[in-house]
Amino acid sequence: MSRYLDLSRRKFLKTGAVTGVAVFALPLLTRQGPSATAVAAEAADADSDARLFIALQADGTVVITCHRSEMGQHARTAVAQIVADELEADWDRIAIEQALGDKRYGDQNTDGSRSIRFNLERLRLAGATVRHMLRDAAAEQWGVAAADCLVEQHKARHLPSGRTLDFADLAAAVADRQPPSADAVSVKARKDWRYIGEGKPIVDMADILTGKGTFAADVRLEDTVVAIIARPPVVLSKVQSVDAAEARKVPGVIDVIEMPANTEAPVQFRPLGGVAVLASNTWAAQKGCEKLVITWSDSPNDGYSSEAFRKQMEAANEQPGDVHYSKGDVDAALKGAAKTHTAQYYVPHLAQAPMEPPAASARFVDGVLEVWSCTQNPQADQSLIAGMLGLEESQVRVHVTLLGGGFGRKSKPDFAAEAAYLAHETGRTVRVQWRREDDIRHGFYHTVSAQRLEAGLDDAGRLKAWRHRSTFPTIQSTFVAGAEEPGFETDLGLRDPPYALEHIQAETGRVPAQLRIGWMRSVANIYHCFASQSFMAELAEAAGRDHRDFLLEAIGPDRLIDFAAEGSKFANYGGDTDAYPFDTARLKHVLRRATDLADWGRDMPEGSGLGLAVHRSFLSYVATVVEVTVSEDGELTIPKAWVVVDAGTVVNRDSVRNQMEGGSVFGLSAALDAAITVDKGAVQQSNYDDYQVARMPHSPASIEVEVVDSEAPPAGVGEPGTPPFAPALCNAIFAATGKRIRELPIGKQLSA
Amino acid sequence: MIELTVNGEKHSTEAEGDMPLLWYLRDIANLTGTKFGCGAGFCGACTVHIDGTAQRSCSVPLSEAANREITTIEGLAVNGDHPVQQAWAKHQVPQCGYCQPGQIMQASSLLSDNPAPSSADIDSAMQGNLCRCGTYPRIKAALLDLAEKAS
Repeated sequence: MSRYLDLSRRKFLKTGAVTGVAVFALPLLTRQGPSATAVAAEAADADSDARLFIALQADGTVVITCHRSEMGQHARTAVAQIVADELEADWDRIAIEQALGDKRYGDQNTDGSRSIRFNLERLRLAGATVRHMLRDAAAEQWGVAAADCLVEQHKARHLPSGRTLDFADLAAAVADRQPPSADAVSVKARKDWRYIGEGKPIVDMADILTGKGTFAADVRLEDTVVAIIARPPVVLSKVQSVDAAEARKVPGVIDVIEMPANTEAPVQFRPLGGVAVLASNTWAAQKGCEKLVITWSDSPNDGYSSEAFRKQMEAANEQPGDVHYSKGDVDAALKGAAKTHTAQYYVPHLAQAPMEPPAASARFVDGVLEVWSCTQNPQADQSLIAGMLGLEESQVRVHVTLLGGGFGRKSKPDFAAEAAYLAHETGRTVRVQWRREDDIRHGFYHTVSAQRLEAGLDDAGRLKAWRHRSTFPTIQSTFVAGAEEPGFETDLGLRDPPYALEHIQAETGRVPAQLRIGWMRSVANIYHCFASQSFMAELAEAAGRDHRDFLLEAIGPDRLIDFAAEGSKFANYGGDTDAYPFDTARLKHVLRRATDLADWGRDMPEGSGLGLAVHRSFLSYVATVVEVTVSEDGELTIPKAWVVVDAGTVVNRDSVRNQMEGGSVFGLSAALDAAITVDKGAVQQSNYDDYQVARMPHSPASIEVEVVDSEAPPAGVGEPGTPPFAPALCNAIFAATGKRIRELPIGKQLSA
Repeated sequence: MIELTVNGEKHSTEAEGDMPLLWYLRDIANLTGTKFGCGAGFCGACTVHIDGTAQRSCSVPLSEAANREITTIEGLAVNGDHPVQQAWAKHQVPQCGYCQPGQIMQASSLLSDNPAPSSADIDSAMQGNLCRCGTYPRIKAALLDLAEKAS
């Protein structure tokens, strides 16, 4: 299905055949084509999405440019579906091309579950615009009224006469036309969508199944040397001395180069520094790197140890914190409650650990720094590299390969900047390969967190007051030296509790960051949802009530919650509150559906249990029910999970299911055994043996996903499946065993 | 000089005997379908067949691969239509796809030993192959589908 562009036949809408456009000699790299540069260049004199995203070849092939990174969420397929649908293109006559980093595409930062939200309407309009151009070109050719013509499945048709013209016959004419203005273009009615909705099989399937997909380390350029880098074990430490004599003796080793140090906070996206070994192949570079003898300087982060830090966070939670949401009088309400309940939760640092470790190739030729990277955010690569090397951004060309998973790690372009630095320094073509150990030890970590929740119940066991305190090193510290006050993390499951309560308060404590803190799939929702949805189950238990009934009652009547009016400056994921209100009816609906599918309330055998959680994140509503069995010696198995998602309008229903399944397994990994711990500033884990992520036997044997039919605007899909899984799992464990998990990972807690 | 057969073709190389087969395949033979994930046999992304059996190419030195028959994802089926590949397409298994060559090589080895594996057999055979995207339920469904056809 996935066909790439033959440059020699490429035609552009405006200028026809490509002439005078630099086509790079890439003997072995023909897949992730470089010609998107040409598309962007064409668009420079006509800021038109039609030209930016769509090109028609002489044979009628529609070339659709995808400007979002493909990392398993099937962005390339979804973008193609939207454009091809509005364009009335035959699905078998399209080709997908991956865009370079270029501001003309607007936002290309593929995180925050925003690809469809930001682009559905924009790409529909682009496709519809070209459809109008095809219709008008055909009408002109026939000398008939455009109103008597329509475009259908790669043909323009004159309705009165039945004559048709194929896109191939119209390619030249369309190339010379100006696109109509947006107000002269009408998009299709929803009922006429062919590809948007149920969706198509993924465009990269054949490549993936045969090993032909080009991921970052698969890029093959002439005369490439491979670099493996030894990085400082503690953030802000640098090389004091290096003895490379033995490394240089390894056959195949070509050079040893010290990287620029990164010793000043904030660390930002800059590489960490260290020493690079360049060799003719990966194995030689790796052996050479192991022979380096490096002394590292002290770092202000040398005192960071996970155990002591946990106490510091928990102590912060015993004090009043910075208040982000306050309604009523929580202190008084808690004092006056018939019953109060308090619990503390802990979630460790985590690493994204995508299956493809970071990798990038770079070369510097004729003043142009060209990079091939598995980046989620190619424009960030451009600006970091330009700034670091004193180049204009226009001199930095970033090719986006397929990503072997991203999960937030690959939003940070430090690894591409390493390749760029080495290429610039040596004049060679350099591929930087991160080992798994580098990925686990030198990441941008999901933060560690401690939370304290306290609630009051009335005589009838109804929830009356809620206080949530959360303390964690903030992502802000990566960008602002010494930052301790959280930023957008408070919008992710802390200042948006969906409960109909008179007394409610959300606070954060302040602690310093001593690792590079980044974001990982669903970010702070992971720990906030784990704590709040576990605590809700604890409260139901304390009240002697059914968890589902208790939760539905706490959410209260159907309404659109106006957090601003209630004293919370909730950012709503940047979504307009008219288009994306916080709708409790939708929240309750997914909860009811998931529990119905799971037959909630049924009798369970000894050692088995069901648990639930519901959460709104990235503007989508997700409820998860997990069934567990825990053996007498504490072995956990998960026969089944049920997920119901309301993400508004969806483009590819099966990809949404896939993301809910994958998001659930990602949440499982965060719960089961994985933890990044730190001693004297250095990460103690190194590979998948001591950083254990979920394997097939741990996974639910099946995950039943229901996607709610909705015509609401599209919301996020990549991340919202993750947050509810861990609390649903731990609530199921409680139902099965009576054991309450308040600290992740679960690890050996069930056999203790 | 080390000689080996890769996807039916004779290879001879001056590469060092301690170089893992993975890096020979990727860096010297330019067969990049076999992926690097961990370098230590923990993740299965580099799985190939050696004399018909799934092994981790990151943990097999080239000297041990000498005179053996190696099959990589590129050589599993000429047209990419091995029953496992077809089942993977039918069940829309891949998300990012990075681990899938290794999963497919592991799964095809399992099926040649045991054409109708049970769910427990599948767990046991596939537990060494990590997928961070979480495609495990679909991999299992695809394999159970093949098992049903075989039995």
